Amino acid sequence: MTSERYTLNAQLAQMLKGGVIMDVTTPEQARIAEDAGAVAVMALERVPADIRREGGVARMSDPAMIKEIKAAVSIPVMAKARIGHFVEAQLLEALEIDYIDESEVLTPADEECHIDKTRFSIPFVCGARNLGEACRRIAEGAAMIRTKGEAGTGNVVEAVRHMRTMNREIRQVCNMPIEELTGFCRDNGIPYEVALAVREVGRLPVVNFAAGGLATPADAAMMMQLGCDGVFVGSGIFKSGDPARRARAIVQATTYYNEPQKVLEVSMNLGEPMVGIEIPTIPEDERLARRGW
Amino acid sequence: MARIGVLALQGGVVEHLEHLQRLGVAAGPVKKAADLEGLAGLIIPGGESTCLRRLLRIYELDEAIVERFRAGLKLWGTCAGAILLAKRVVDGDPGLALIDIEVARNAFGSQLASFNTVADVPAVAAAPIPMTFIRAPKIKALGPGVRSLLRLDDYHAAAEDDAVLVTVFHPELTPSLAFHRYFAAKCGLATAEVDEAAWRPADWTRHAPLPR
Repeated sequence: MTSERYTLNAQLAQMLKGGVIMDVTTPEQARIAEDAGAVAVMALERVPADIRREGGVARMSDPAMIKEIKAAVSIPVMAKARIGHFVEAQLLEALEIDYIDESEVLTPADEECHIDKTRFSIPFVCGARNLGEACRRIAEGAAMIRTKGEAGTGNVVEAVRHMRTMNREIRQVCNMPIEELTGFCRDNGIPYEVALAVREVGRLPVVNFAAGGLATPADAAMMMQLGCDGVFVGSGIFKSGDPARRARAIVQATTYYNEPQKVLEVSMNLGEPMVGIEIPTIPEDERLARRGW
Repeated sequence: MARIGVLALQGGVVEHLEHLQRLGVAAGPVKKAADLEGLAGLIIPGGESTCLRRLLRIYELDEAIVERFRAGLKLWGTCAGAILLAKRVVDGDPGLALIDIEVARNAFGSQLASFNTVADVPAVAAAPIPMTFIRAPKIKALGPGVRSLLRLDDYHAAAEDDAVLVTVFHPELTPSLAFHRYFAAKCGLATAEVDEAAWRPADWTRHAPLPR
């Protein structure tokens, strides 16, 4: 990837700012998402809540299904490749979708290496729990970052933890004397050059969305107030009682995140939210956020 | 002092604010009808046109913008903004419908087809202007009273009438301030001389800081 192509890819993410990216499994769901005001859809065979329930190895979705979804909407289409599975990424690039999510929601294909994203022309978004993880993904060529909240739980607590951790570490990087930075980078696994870029602009140098466990308009507004540039909603929409209505409400809450009166209006009579899961009830080895490093 | 607003519902808002600030033009985000007060011009930025169209409608900002437009507000749409200002949209519904052009959405293909180019636009600047096209639309036809500013291949990339400017590319994602300067002049506002070479792609982040 040339630096010109990388900038173009980071700039597509910039155009998604303030928006909601929704998980969809059928062309019909994709159209509901588009009509509700989604800025992009994530095409996948099973939403994280089902992957979690059914277990087994979760892989890239059937390309025929992704193609159908691509044909159904005019907004950007994203799809997931397994962590480290560079051939799944090659197939998604050949399919000419708009963005690849190298995602912990799928079963990792490589326990040592993430995909070398610099070898691709297509953009990648990657999950991160803290500044080190975000900066390592950027160093590998990710053009967009998202939090790595526990997907498929309807529980926002992990996404909040990741965003607060990133913000705290960014403040530290920006405020410490420069001579302390190499040691801080060593201790936190942060590539030094990326840390310098963070220090220069006072935040991540690329777009950073919230993802994992968001289920309500208030969840979306909270992540925006914590400094996210936009939100992903996975199982939260199509696992709820009235998906179209909830999708519209989350879009409006993401735009007007700083106006409680408007978030309040859209939060009424949304029907059943998806069922939530408390994080401590999930065995450690089944926690998706721990996949990747 | 007269100002230029940037519609701030979704998309590339801070990128435009950053360019206007560098030109010394007073500028601010527009999220509700009251924010249109005292504006000489309004930029409708890039983003997703289907999302923007829906938000404009449900919060009745569309009616407020049209009312101000009738009273002399100048408009500029970039990418999705151009789609929202077009009277005709191929396979889609028009949004504000304030300039007599026909646009085709996402007319180049996926993100892999996004590109940069450089072109001469004599009406806007003497020097060639860099341009960034991201999943861009094409302007396929111009109605009477609409002038083409830049024709490329089988489409118009920029056009205007007396009150509305449309560009299918993103000047706010390049170092060039030529189109922002041109729109400010259209709004009757003065601009400062600026060293364009100082711009960096991540400069938008300074206008999207983390909460304190």
